[in-house]
Amino acid sequence: MAVLDIRGLSVGYSTPRGELRALRDVSMMVPEGKIVGIVGESGCGKSTLISAIIRLMAPNARVGAGEVRFQGRDLLAETEAQMRALRGTQISMVFQDPMQTHNPVLTVGRQMMDIQYRERLSRAEKRQRAERMLALVGIPDPEARLNQYPFEFSGGMRQRIAIAMALMAKPALLIADEPTTALDATLEVEIIKRLRELQDEIGCGVLFISHHLGVIAELCDEVVVMYAGEVVETGSVRDVFHAPAHPYTRALLECDPGHIKVKTRVLPTIPGNIPDLVNLPGGCIFADRCERRHAACAARPAMALAGDGQRAACHLITERETA
Amino acid sequence: MSALLEIRDVVVRFRVRGGVFSSAGSVDAVSGVSLDVEEGKTYGIVGESGSGKTTLARAVAGLHHASEGSILYRGQELRGLVEGAFRPLRREIVMMFQDPIGSLSPRLSVKSLITEPFRIQGMRERDLDAEARRLLAMVGLPPEFAARYPYQISGGQARRVGVARALALSPRLLIADEPTAGLDVSIQGEMLNLLARLQDELGLAIMIITHNLNVVRHITDRVGIMYLGKLVEEGETEAVFAAPQHPYTLALLAANPEPDPDAQLMRVELQGEPPSILRRPKGCEFHTRCPFAQPRCATEVPRWQAAKGGAHRCHFPAGWDTAAAAS
Amino acid sequence: MTDASLPKPRSELGEILYHLVRDPLGLAGLIIVLAILASAVLAPWIAPYDPIALNVPDRLQGPSAAHLMGTDQLGRDTFSRVIWGGRVALQVALPTIGGAIFFGLLLGMIAGYGPRWLDNLIVLLFDTIRSFPTVMFALAVVALVGPSLNTVILVIMVTSIPTYGRVVRTLTQSLKEAEFITAEKSLGASTPRIMAVHLLPNVLGPLAVLAAMDIPTVVGLEAGLSFLGMGVKPPTPSWGSLLNDGYNLIRNTPWLIIAGGIPLILTTVGFTFLGEALRDVVDPKLRGKGGK
Repeated sequence: MAVLDIRGLSVGYSTPRGELRALRDVSMMVPEGKIVGIVGESGCGKSTLISAIIRLMAPNARVGAGEVRFQGRDLLAETEAQMRALRGTQISMVFQDPMQTHNPVLTVGRQMMDIQYRERLSRAEKRQRAERMLALVGIPDPEARLNQYPFEFSGGMRQRIAIAMALMAKPALLIADEPTTALDATLEVEIIKRLRELQDEIGCGVLFISHHLGVIAELCDEVVVMYAGEVVETGSVRDVFHAPAHPYTRALLECDPGHIKVKTRVLPTIPGNIPDLVNLPGGCIFADRCERRHAACAARPAMALAGDGQRAACHLITERETA
Repeated sequence: MSALLEIRDVVVRFRVRGGVFSSAGSVDAVSGVSLDVEEGKTYGIVGESGSGKTTLARAVAGLHHASEGSILYRGQELRGLVEGAFRPLRREIVMMFQDPIGSLSPRLSVKSLITEPFRIQGMRERDLDAEARRLLAMVGLPPEFAARYPYQISGGQARRVGVARALALSPRLLIADEPTAGLDVSIQGEMLNLLARLQDELGLAIMIITHNLNVVRHITDRVGIMYLGKLVEEGETEAVFAAPQHPYTLALLAANPEPDPDAQLMRVELQGEPPSILRRPKGCEFHTRCPFAQPRCATEVPRWQAAKGGAHRCHFPAGWDTAAAAS
Repeated sequence: MTDASLPKPRSELGEILYHLVRDPLGLAGLIIVLAILASAVLAPWIAPYDPIALNVPDRLQGPSAAHLMGTDQLGRDTFSRVIWGGRVALQVALPTIGGAIFFGLLLGMIAGYGPRWLDNLIVLLFDTIRSFPTVMFALAVVALVGPSLNTVILVIMVTSIPTYGRVVRTLTQSLKEAEFITAEKSLGASTPRIMAVHLLPNVLGPLAVLAAMDIPTVVGLEAGLSFLGMGVKPPTPSWGSLLNDGYNLIRNTPWLIIAGGIPLILTTVGFTFLGEALRDVVDPKLRGKGGK
């Protein structure tokens, strides 16, 4: 069963120019115990998707349609009080900026004990759990470190503490929003390794958002590729990265300089810009930047099976089959 | 023989105010760096946060004072120049900043921003409308952009405006600090291609500062790897990529995960956290995190050793058999 | 296409006005403020009577067609005195705020951008001035040189300078570290140019908000001093002296105190609305974001 199952989700923002349709008919799922990566560039709707899952949306946002099923319950139908009870216990988050996620005037130990307020444990037991979690994310000398303040830790350590705190309640779902973007590459590798180890141990589902294809390739089991508010491709990381079925996925992979082994002076790009989400063009959302655009693209493509468990929203797939 | 820019043993020292745990003193953000940037070539400085790469760039651009060493631009010493004496050189040495929108004065229109160099340098006789049009075309922005303000343009467009104003006066040396930071992968290439094209057209030398080795690989002629204010390896880009010698270079290369789930990972895992520049480790500054460190590394500062196409500072370099590595 | 002239950016003032009138709060504030300004400027033509002409037989009348707000104890037309009183109030408020902004900008920018010792010196000056309670300070000066409009203006201006100066200093200090200032330096921009072209425009917006909110305070101060008999000299109409007369005569007629209070309330409400709306509009990044 899926921990998180999103079906046909559409979210818009009211703006002075009209409705900005940030998410349109988005469907995806996080199976139990799997790490699912969402990859996409700015404006693809990643942040809107997360805010819709945890129901912390901007005041001008409106859910047009769809369901966000978490362990079978539709989160969009829950009361605010029920959501509050879920956040931090069943659904935890790790944010992009490790420098701003901790309260600067409380010790790390105090913060790690405070978040266990729902548990019926003694102070000593809570402290012990906090210590164990710190050790688990690889903070040396955790007992002494609990008495220190956030500013006494480096960025990489703070992000590890954030992960420790997020996983302390043994959530069913961890949402990690670009958790390594603010970190140096050598630390990024370390965080990913820890995340993977911890996930193995706790067995929670992870939704990992990143624009870094290499990180997704290394960490995730499955990947969801988003473009301009739509899911354009889903599948196992191996299938999608080795045989991308959607032209956008292919172009994105080609643009990553890490992919290009031979020195080149001219790097590949995707010409054009993402469409205006207030005045959406009809048909395929990627058509005006796609090098394989053809007549069929005037109609919006549905998600089609491109391979074993791999799906993409492109007319080429269905055309190939019928041909 | 002499390069456009010759940096020799440059030290940039900052005074540190004493805190609860430390006494007042000074810290060397850049600690004895030497490198040459040739006319028309691209030099990449690679390093992570706190490596001093931005400080070095700003010292060359005259925004920080170098405390020791020398910075020779076409044979002229830049170190210690007062602002008045530096000003004419600012036509030739220009800088692009990390934050594309934050480095544009928020109340100025794009036209004012890109023609500002003319006004600052007192070239008021120029037809600024024509210059604005020329510069916008050069960086691939439509003329309508002249009327926009920084808050009305995207990060990628702001980058182009940054390039336009940097190149307004046809400089000879462009210092680009993280020119692709915050850009999407699909746009990153456009920015780098633009720089490469302008370099070919204008014969510009570029000093590019970045943490992204993948970027450096394709667009630079030479690279220098910085760690804790010092260069640890330096050489021709292709040679460094083919046979990295310093363990830190190896770690950096390995830390750029490839977008391929089956990639053969040759991972060099670093231990612990980068040390604070306030407490620079003795001996080789990298030994606290180096997976190959030996007792000698903790006591003896490694000297520069030549390698194929470059040089490095490591007692126990990787010692690649380049032929084996290529296969 | 290359011959087409470059598009001109829209003027900043036009942008601000455009967004201001679309905000109900801003529109209301703007209308009230414009009405007050118009009545003050056009006082000689609007006021039906001479504000200081005595007409003792008609004294202490209630509102009527002839006297919209009645008359005072000397038979002067209250409505005319309210209109002329507004002129006096703005005669005090505008030069006061203008002067305070000018000196506040000058000192604040020097303190924020200049060397540390100068900053310390200017901040010390600000703190010294601020440590005097405004009203006490005003009373002392008035006692020394006698009550007059100019004294009131000078006293309020001097005591307002630190308010503006501190805001400017703080803004300048945070802007000084901004990357665009470093970028300008890298192009060789001189310090005066950085201050005038790059710092000033970014400081003016918040300052305009502060000034709009401050005008009612100044008007209130002038009224307060006049109420105490330390401000504008008697025959000259002032909202404060109207209030004072109304206070003394409250048993005879309530109209005087109402007539003195309404313009003060309107001024406060109008300028505060305007200031609140300006706050959302002066920062181009926040404009039209549909926020609050």
